[in-house]
Amino acid sequence: MENPIHLLEEILDESPIHFYKLRRYLPIWLHRFIPIGGGKPDDEHGKTLFGFTVFLLSESIVFLSFFFTYIALRLTTPNWLPPGVSGPELSGFTIFNTLVLLSSSIVIQLAENALKRRKIRRFRLLWLITSAMGTYFLIAQAIEWSQLNFRLTTGLVGGTFYVLTGFHGLHVLVGVLLQILMVIRSFIRGNYNKGHFGVSATTLFWHFVDGIWVILFSLLYIW
Amino acid sequence: MTNNSIEDMGRASESEKPNWRDYLGFSKDHKVIGVQYMVTTFIFFLFGGLLAMIIRGELVTPESNLVDRSLYNGLFTLHGTVMIFLWIIPFMAGLANYLVPLMIGARDMAFPLLNAIAFWIIPPAGILLLSSFLLPGGPAQAGWWSYPPISLQNLSDKLVNGQFIWILSVILLGISSILGGINFITTIVWMRAPGMTFFRMPIFVWTVLSAQMLQLFCLPSLTGALILLFFDLSFGTNFFKSSQNGDPIIYQHLFWFYSHPAVYVMALPAFGIFSEILPAFSRNPLFGYRSVAIASFGIAIVSTFVWVHHMFTSATPDWMRILFMASSMLVAIPTGVKVFAWTATVWNGRLHLLTPVLFALGGVVMFIFGGVTGVMLSSVPFDIHVNNTYFVVGHFHYVVHNTITMAIFAAIYFWFPKITGKMYAEGWGKVHFLLTFIGANLTFFPMHALGLQGMLRRVSSYDPRYQGWNVIVSVGAFLLGMATLPFIANMISSLLQGSKASDNPWHATGLEWKTSSPPPKENFEEIPVVNEPPYHYNDRSEPTPEAVIQE
Ligand code: HEM
Ligand SMILES: [Cu+2]
Repeated sequence: MENPIHLLEEILDESPIHFYKLRRYLPIWLHRFIPIGGGKPDDEHGKTLFGFTVFLLSESIVFLSFFFTYIALRLTTPNWLPPGVSGPELSGFTIFNTLVLLSSSIVIQLAENALKRRKIRRFRLLWLITSAMGTYFLIAQAIEWSQLNFRLTTGLVGGTFYVLTGFHGLHVLVGVLLQILMVIRSFIRGNYNKGHFGVSATTLFWHFVDGIWVILFSLLYIW
Repeated sequence: MTNNSIEDMGRASESEKPNWRDYLGFSKDHKVIGVQYMVTTFIFFLFGGLLAMIIRGELVTPESNLVDRSLYNGLFTLHGTVMIFLWIIPFMAGLANYLVPLMIGARDMAFPLLNAIAFWIIPPAGILLLSSFLLPGGPAQAGWWSYPPISLQNLSDKLVNGQFIWILSVILLGISSILGGINFITTIVWMRAPGMTFFRMPIFVWTVLSAQMLQLFCLPSLTGALILLFFDLSFGTNFFKSSQNGDPIIYQHLFWFYSHPAVYVMALPAFGIFSEILPAFSRNPLFGYRSVAIASFGIAIVSTFVWVHHMFTSATPDWMRILFMASSMLVAIPTGVKVFAWTATVWNGRLHLLTPVLFALGGVVMFIFGGVTGVMLSSVPFDIHVNNTYFVVGHFHYVVHNTITMAIFAAIYFWFPKITGKMYAEGWGKVHFLLTFIGANLTFFPMHALGLQGMLRRVSSYDPRYQGWNVIVSVGAFLLGMATLPFIANMISSLLQGSKASDNPWHATGLEWKTSSPPPKENFEEIPVVNEPPYHYNDRSEPTPEAVIQE
């Protein structure tokens, strides 16, 4: 690592966005960081998945702090909805979107199972359906946001609603991006003995995002 | 790098030792990263110390005449923030980065790339924070707790203000800590050498594991609080604005739910350091190894349900005060176990008073004092009396400075030969210790008296009757500041021209001493197999550390 250019190269070699000789390195990078395929998960796989699970546990505490804030504020505020605000109401549209998101958890699990049995085509199909469902949810949420009759700064209801759903939506977005990355990866021939950490992690992440939504949905719409 | 096959990409030539340029660049070697952490955070420590010197300069006289009040507020806010988030916590992360893989017989951390990223977040976040001195309205002024509503007063009416920068940097530093935490826990759980069972791990590894679990489960609560504070400050939401039905007390809960355990994120590795050094210099196995290991976990667990003792005067209902008073006092049990174990270790052994052990013993003694004032503070009536006074400042500085910073110095001297392959100058080490010990007590002991007499903290001017003690405190503080000079000189000159250290100068047990000094790129020629517990200092025929120094 003699000069800054070398350093830059080294960083770029390792970075997810490989501008430099992208076509040559992308497959190598994907091999190293997102091993895919069936077979027995080896130690590397278990270790990485463990690290990812620990990350999710920690991530859930951020959500927990938001839930705590929401519950505490809501319990102590006499007029939760300021005059003229009808709040996020439970509509058929919201219920439908929730159902789409929750069932995508089942689809993604089926996809991962398909991959474990090395049914790559089936995996790709189900996986793409999941990302379509996730994308649909994001678009639906944007539509819902645009139709609400309160804003971020409206009392406590506005702040809590937009910050909580926004933070969750950010996670959905990351999930969808991860899914797209995995599909691209699945088109590159892989070393199938290295497990499929990327896919397992994305699946886990997706279940996590869905689980959080169940809590959010109950707090924001049903309570 | 260009023609290598996929398998070779991570592994460079194995015999190569890092040269100085590697320390300035993006390395994935845990040892290089560890040193990068330690050196960077030490520079921030010097900055934080400089701020403290200005604060103490202001407090020599009762009037506010050196700096104006808003600058004074900025000074103590950034002093606290730098010392906690840019010195102790990341220094411990750096030390653990260096030591943990060596101590458990691993070639590296579990995720080397993540490790490098976690480090490289710190310098920009720190510079960002310090640069807020240059902003029109100055840096954040709400103290290191940043309680609303004070933290929500936008002093410059600009979107980018001191508080904004403060929140941003602390969130960034938090992300770095979370990445580190994931890495440490995974490394310790998955990468131990054959035979290294949990109950054969050195106590330092136990304390890192406990501390990092606290980071993972408590720090996100601070991140959550800061995100909400950020929205309140910059985007007009109302979470913590009581005028808009929001609740500033919620912020306090979320803040202390992390920041109380955070004191153990800092203190636990310090306990680990004591547990490594005291046996080595007493030539005696650590007394009650298992109880000390379990006590580390005990401390971590208890510390997550005591946070309300920082909020006894925050309109906290009585039943809650009593509950948290009791839980706070529980901490004394596992910490007592540890103190007892150290005492017994030293008691039974033949102590060799070299610099590392001087700092370690000094740290333990002052921790006993800081722990006692802590238990005093957790008693509600007493806390109400001294809350927000210099008594609290005295208490936590006995712990964060006199215990933990001293432990850090102990660690630096102890592992300096391993890290650099050179020996430090023992005489100058002792000078450094003496100045530090005297300076530290002169600075922080009178604060308790000031607090009991009622002097409030965070004030730039005070009643003239408090001046006597304040002058002593300031003199102590300047002495303490000067004490770092022999340390810096010693480190630099020893690094450049110190005598060559052997692989195990202290004749210590522990895997890190079984490899060369400094260790090769992948730590061990061959991964060691472990078949006995740590601290087996029973062989009385071995040369003692003192004999080694005199050679
Ligand atoms: C182990 C290392 C410890 C560290 C690093 C530490 C650090 C601190 C810090 C930084 C503060 C001040 C926070 C602030 O208001 O800015 C503080 C306050 C306090 N500490 Fe400790 N402490 C330690 C041990 C203890 C123990 C063992 C106890 C009790 C058993 C304790 C009880 C308290 C209480 C009750 C306060 C609040 C005082 C008040 O604000 O009125 N501490 N400590
Ligand atoms: Cu506390």
